[in-house]
Amino acid sequence: MTSFRQDIETNVPALRRYARALARNADTADDLVQETLVRALRSEHLFHGGDMRSWLFTILTNLNRNRLRSLARRPNLVPLTDHDAPDASGPEAGGRDIERALALLVEEQRTALLLVVLEGLSYREVAEVQSVPIGTVMSRLARARAQIKAYLDGERPALRRIK
Amino acid sequence: MTDNTPVTEDELHAFVDGELPQDRRAAVEAWLAGHPEDAALVAAWRTQKEMIRARYGAVAEEPMPERLKLDRLTRNGRRWKSIAAAAAIGAFLIGGIAGWMAHGASAAAPQPADLFIEQALNAHRLYINEVRHPIEVRANEDHLLPWLSRRIGTPLRAPDLSQFGLSLLGGRLLPCVSGNAAALFMYETGTGERFTLYVSRLKEPQSSLRYSDGGSFAAVRWVEGEIGYALSGPADKTRLKTLARAAYEQMENRPAPSSGRSSSEQVLSKGKS
Repeated sequence: MTSFRQDIETNVPALRRYARALARNADTADDLVQETLVRALRSEHLFHGGDMRSWLFTILTNLNRNRLRSLARRPNLVPLTDHDAPDASGPEAGGRDIERALALLVEEQRTALLLVVLEGLSYREVAEVQSVPIGTVMSRLARARAQIKAYLDGERPALRRIK
Repeated sequence: MTDNTPVTEDELHAFVDGELPQDRRAAVEAWLAGHPEDAALVAAWRTQKEMIRARYGAVAEEPMPERLKLDRLTRNGRRWKSIAAAAAIGAFLIGGIAGWMAHGASAAAPQPADLFIEQALNAHRLYINEVRHPIEVRANEDHLLPWLSRRIGTPLRAPDLSQFGLSLLGGRLLPCVSGNAAALFMYETGTGERFTLYVSRLKEPQSSLRYSDGGSFAAVRWVEGEIGYALSGPADKTRLKTLARAAYEQMENRPAPSSGRSSSEQVLSKGKS
């Protein structure tokens, strides 16, 4: 009982980091984390001693997908353009560039990439979080990386490929 | 010993992510030494990784806001219950006022079907956030269906939605419009998403599945034999309709209350309690 709570608690900083990278906005990100924690706390009976970290990341990933779906139904609320070109210089330039590059990815590619490079999950764990085969995780990763590279190399968002 | 088969792009990713089997590492390194374009690609991916970590890594070190502390979240859970109680009283008052207004001005009276869906969504919103008492009686308790059936006045069954990953938590009894009782069944997915099925007598003509959006939640309702059903959950029309259709079909195909009851079906026969 206590250890269930403690297991959740030790994962909160990582959940915040992941949520911030997913949602960009700090308040939205913490909203996602809060909702994740509420769900986890009330769902103790659903947790059968697997990997707590993957379970929490799965909850947060699903919540974020639902959030984006409901935003998509109200397109006026979404800033559709983030039209600045990559920054040429400045101390913050790298951070802003990568932020914009991530924002251009489709949700499942961004999720896969962040879980691997930011959170250090294995391909197998990401496949479980996203409920897809490992091969799908790998192709999401490959597309995410190719697109970020194209953006950082100076191509414009207009070149975003929609498959 | 090294394996010298040509390196694939998947292996380059696995190399960057530390997922490459030990026996292929030397082969990839040798490959990269001889293929500068691939080496540049690998370097670019590594830079991306560093940029992402540099941008977001520090978030984990930020001081924890109060609202993300578990003690505080469980306390709120308890406070929720009193809000839920207050809201339930509010719903009674509103229902009372609506009834009284309907008495004087029948033209403006809300339709029973609208009130029904409103009650269903209110109940959904209130009880899915309950940590300790989302339901009164658990699914595995034998008296769940007899009890609710008796109070609603018709043999009820809780549809089996396990093929969609939903398991039945249990149910509770609630007030509905015009003094009727309502049964609320709650279902849950493996990641804690909750769906409810609200059932009550409803003197309305038979109707097919209708979707109502209630903000972040939505419901699909239908009427069958003067019994109204509303299946509520996260606002995802396709998914809710699929679930509602499955529930509807199971209800429609229910065997007569006295006929044979298979162990896999949560069917109720009258008198068993």
